[in-house]
Amino acid sequence: MADTRRPLSPHLQVYRWQVQMVSSIVHRVTGVVLAFGTLLVLWGLLELAGGQRSFDQFKVCVGSPAGLLLLFGWSWALFYHLCNGIRHLIQDTGAGYEIPQFVRSSWLSVIGSVVLTVIVWAYVLMTGGVA
Amino acid sequence: MSANDLQHPLKRARGLGSAQSGVGHWWTQRITAVALVVLGSWFVILVLGLLHADYATAHYTVGRPWNAVLLIAFVVAAFWHAALGLQVVIEDYVHTRWREIFLLVLVKFLAVLGALMGVLAVLRIALGV
Repeated sequence: MADTRRPLSPHLQVYRWQVQMVSSIVHRVTGVVLAFGTLLVLWGLLELAGGQRSFDQFKVCVGSPAGLLLLFGWSWALFYHLCNGIRHLIQDTGAGYEIPQFVRSSWLSVIGSVVLTVIVWAYVLMTGGVA
Repeated sequence: MSANDLQHPLKRARGLGSAQSGVGHWWTQRITAVALVVLGSWFVILVLGLLHADYATAHYTVGRPWNAVLLIAFVVAAFWHAALGLQVVIEDYVHTRWREIFLLVLVKFLAVLGALMGVLAVLRIALGV
């Protein structure tokens, strides 16, 4: 590779933080997180296929404080990537590129993901917690 | 086609562009994304319904035909979408060529393995083996 010490595109620290860039960065980060989170789904399916004992062990692991924290993070990452993914699909049609619209839809993704996460975990708590 | 277009008509017809891969990656990422909007939402509802289920109930529910089919679709779409996304991240941030190639191949292998393991697990549950 050629000399890479030439100035590259502006780095994060020279930008004033704004919601549009946060929504974009977080989309990528949650995407990577979810790629690993999918292993959680795989783990559950494998243990369920493995029989009663392995599934019960899986439930204990997932129901532990660390497991719950993992699940909570996974659920928010999923809902954020879902909301912002739908936003990007809409933008793929060419809609929503006016700056005020772009800012508003960024906030919608962030707020929507928090609302969905709260709804799901409120449901979990109301039905008596996990397992 | 404009008069001052320098692209050869054959080049245009092939539709592969300067990167030689066309819109295949972009398009597949969108298709799997649309699938995952539906399947992901359904999966969350399925899991919430099984919150307090014992092994027998969970096993029976997951193994029912529609649930098993949708779960297999979910697992395949999720690993496919994940592989496409991780590919872009690796291409963007890994600037040493051999590391980049290594990671790209590794991600593809792991994604295929993960999808196959998930499919086999659902089939075992659905078929009771």
